[in-house]
Amino acid sequence: MATKIDDDMIEYVSILAKLELEGEARAQARSDMEKMIEFADMLNEIDTEDTDPAVQVIDMENVFRDDTVTNGDNREDMLANAPAKKNGQYMVPRTF
Amino acid sequence: MKNYETVIGLEVHVELATKTKIFCGCSTSFGGDPNTHTCPVCTGMPGSLPVLNKKVVDHAIAVGLAANCEINRSCRFDRKNYFYPDNPQDYQISQLYEPICQNGHVDIDVDGKRKSIRIHEIHMEEDAGKLIHDEAENMSLVDYNRAGVPLIEIVSEPDMRSAEEVIAYLQKLRTIIRYLGASDCKLQEGSMRADVNLSVREAGTEKLGTRTEMKNLNSFKAIARAISNERQRQIDIIEAGGRVIQETRRWDDTKEESFSMRSKEDAQDYRYFPDPDLPGIFISREWIDEIKASEPEFKDEKKRRYVSQYGIPEEDADIITDSKHMADIFEETARLCGQPKKAANWLMVDTIRILKELSKEPEDITFAPENLAKLIKLTEAGTINSSVAKEVFEKVFADNIDPEKYVKENGLAQENDESALREAVQKVIDDNPKSVADYRGGKEKAIGFLVGQTMKAMQGKANPGIVTGLLKELL
Repeated sequence: MATKIDDDMIEYVSILAKLELEGEARAQARSDMEKMIEFADMLNEIDTEDTDPAVQVIDMENVFRDDTVTNGDNREDMLANAPAKKNGQYMVPRTF
Repeated sequence: MKNYETVIGLEVHVELATKTKIFCGCSTSFGGDPNTHTCPVCTGMPGSLPVLNKKVVDHAIAVGLAANCEINRSCRFDRKNYFYPDNPQDYQISQLYEPICQNGHVDIDVDGKRKSIRIHEIHMEEDAGKLIHDEAENMSLVDYNRAGVPLIEIVSEPDMRSAEEVIAYLQKLRTIIRYLGASDCKLQEGSMRADVNLSVREAGTEKLGTRTEMKNLNSFKAIARAISNERQRQIDIIEAGGRVIQETRRWDDTKEESFSMRSKEDAQDYRYFPDPDLPGIFISREWIDEIKASEPEFKDEKKRRYVSQYGIPEEDADIITDSKHMADIFEETARLCGQPKKAANWLMVDTIRILKELSKEPEDITFAPENLAKLIKLTEAGTINSSVAKEVFEKVFADNIDPEKYVKENGLAQENDESALREAVQKVIDDNPKSVADYRGGKEKAIGFLVGQTMKAMQGKANPGIVTGLLKELL
């Protein structure tokens, strides 16, 4: 059964995602989200009554690192991808 | 007005004292230039993989054991999703479903009564970056040096009823964690942060009221003020027939009031799910035993032992054992000079006073026990008098000088030679006929002035006991 995304849900998700969706974009987002949920809904067709939840596909445990500093100052490389920067810091829209 | 009871639970974040971050080999050292301690892992670059720092688990187990928790033999990490620029991955790696420690308690003493505060859980997580506002650009600047610094969050049950209990609980946690060396726990610097969950209810009722969460509490004083303020704010709402809203509030300690942080921007839906990048953790019995075996002697035991072994008053032992560093200095000094009470006094009185003047903590003491022991021996042997000793101690505290050398080099040794002192005393008697007459006329206090004049004449180095004796004799 196709899931309907109502106005409240669009509004809520856009607040969480910090997106401002209006007009055409909003309609598009609604249709995309409905398709995504429909796709994921396929999982409900499978009976998982007797199946344990699998968190990982690789069966490993206790993968640790020693508490030794291995990284130096990579600031220039790290900031290379930043769309905006100032004084060695990432510059983002004001948050407060 | 009805009688209200305050119900408080705490969420305490503690930055762990590891050399590197929780999931990468970047340094955790404080004060580096912005973003100089960052890498693809702690900035959430696509394709990077976190690997857990074993020391973080060691510290979490140690704190859990000291707080009487059950250690969950298997635990894992979860992703807490939220979008904010201080969080480069768009999720914080934390523990929700299987935290490392659960069901503990610590005991606090308030007004002579012992009370147990239950701990719901302790979990491991990563810290976020720091945002500062740039006026010129009207933008925010982000420094990710702190992103990925390991934290434990200690969540209590709502077992506290007053600010005094809250502070006693925080002090208890801080002492335990500092003894373990798991963190320096400085509220002002943010290596220990407490969020206060508070509600009020009519005294005698069982049902919990609606709670608020208070953030931005940077000192014990701020915590006490915020608790008293929030209690009153909630009571006022209820008395006026209103309802308390469940929300997060931010304390402004300068204005002494709190502000709601609730807004459209704060809508939250963390969509927790297990982090598939991090394999589960299995904690063996041996691992736990190993950590248990390396536990230090904690404050309470140490305090009892000091009272019985060294015969110092309980209050003194209480203050000295507040810091393991100070306790270690005390024991070593006592061992070296054989005078535990003197050692305790120098720490309790002069050391604490200087620390307060400098706004420092016992952890910041840098002098060697050897030098305090030497100072005590010099005083006991009568080589220096008590006022010179105080002067020398200032130097010991500040520069860790060797008191024997310092006294010799600066000619501070006390004059104990009676014939030399007799001369000085006689001169003072001759020069101060009025005080002499007063004393002889029955004003015994006048002798104090004459002792002072003699000390002054001897540049403070006279033995005051001998001076007083001589004055009495010659008068």
